[in-house]
Amino acid sequence: MGSDKQEKEWAFLMRAGNAGDADSYRRLLVQLTPVLRATARRGLGAAGMADTDAEDVVQETLLAIHLKRQSWDSEAPFGPWLRAIARHKMIDALRRRGRRINVSIDDFSEVLTDGAAEPDMVAADVGRHLEDLPPGQRNVVRSIAVDGESIGETAARLKMTSGAVRVALHRGLAGLARKFRTEEP
Amino acid sequence: MKTDELIRALAADGATRQMPLRQMFAAAMIPGVVVAACLFLATLGPRPHFFELIAEPRFAFKICLALLLAALAASWVKRLGQPGVGTHGAALRLVIVPVLLAAAIGAELLLVPSDLWRQRLIGTNALVCLISIPFLGLAPLAAALFCLRHGAPEHPAFAGAAAGLLGGAIGAALYASHCFDDSPMFVAVWYSLAMAIMTALGALAGARLLRW
Repeated sequence: MGSDKQEKEWAFLMRAGNAGDADSYRRLLVQLTPVLRATARRGLGAAGMADTDAEDVVQETLLAIHLKRQSWDSEAPFGPWLRAIARHKMIDALRRRGRRINVSIDDFSEVLTDGAAEPDMVAADVGRHLEDLPPGQRNVVRSIAVDGESIGETAARLKMTSGAVRVALHRGLAGLARKFRTEEP
Repeated sequence: MKTDELIRALAADGATRQMPLRQMFAAAMIPGVVVAACLFLATLGPRPHFFELIAEPRFAFKICLALLLAALAASWVKRLGQPGVGTHGAALRLVIVPVLLAAAIGAELLLVPSDLWRQRLIGTNALVCLISIPFLGLAPLAAALFCLRHGAPEHPAFAGAAAGLLGGAIGAALYASHCFDDSPMFVAVWYSLAMAIMTALGALAGARLLRW
């Protein structure tokens, strides 16, 4: 899913992120996104499905990478972990769309150098689930994601402690992942 | 929400540290085992003269075998929670346990006259065994499922089954020090059956609880 050099860089960023360096972590996610997007398009294409859903799969995979980041052993190589997560979410997405699928591991091991650009029109995405979150979590997620506010700014505006904002953010993201998972096709 | 907006939220949440799975495994399994041990001491307790009996080969064998199975199952479960980590080796090592048990049964069949085989097999405590092992294994099973939820098992029901086996093995190790039936034939039938119940229970729970 990436060259050796790339995977080493990702492992480095992930370790820094796990140690609390938010900027490294954000860079990691930004770097992973085009790779995941290309993989998602190829996976959907191979199953004979329109790749308009690719961005859905990308967002779901990013959520899984994030929520399961503690399952990566910082001593282990990053590539196999990433491929396993991406494969799991791809299979999950295809299964929900009602296909008996056979996703080969090879689809996830190709070296990708050129990333795919984000489509301008996103037919459906994580945003539609935002409305289903409890209001407290929804406001916090929206404030940080859509309005681009920091945790501190969000806390001040919503008159919450920053600890409460962090908890609501984490629960909100976990809730989004759950909504994806249980969604009817 | 655009993907880059989602990333912004993920990065902000990334500042909240999560306990690595390896640490979580110890942090959850130790209390799970302690709860099981306390329940054991409060209800059944070890056999009288436990420390004198420990030199008795059949008694020592069944306890060591259950402990060995628990250790092997623990390393298997831990790996199952980590995507991209190979688990075949850990699964294959579990085979040591039935092989050792088969060897012990072979020895038992040679040492014990055939008219006693039936009695050794059926024992005196079969029902207690079938109830106690799952009972004692529940807390470790819950702890193992909790760890796996923290991790990312690629096959939820399968990982749950492994957690059930781990819980069953811990329950069996505790129960073995209470049980009066020491024959490996008894162990092979009743302990295995009790652990199979736990494994099935773990698989059912895993299919529901371990999806991600």
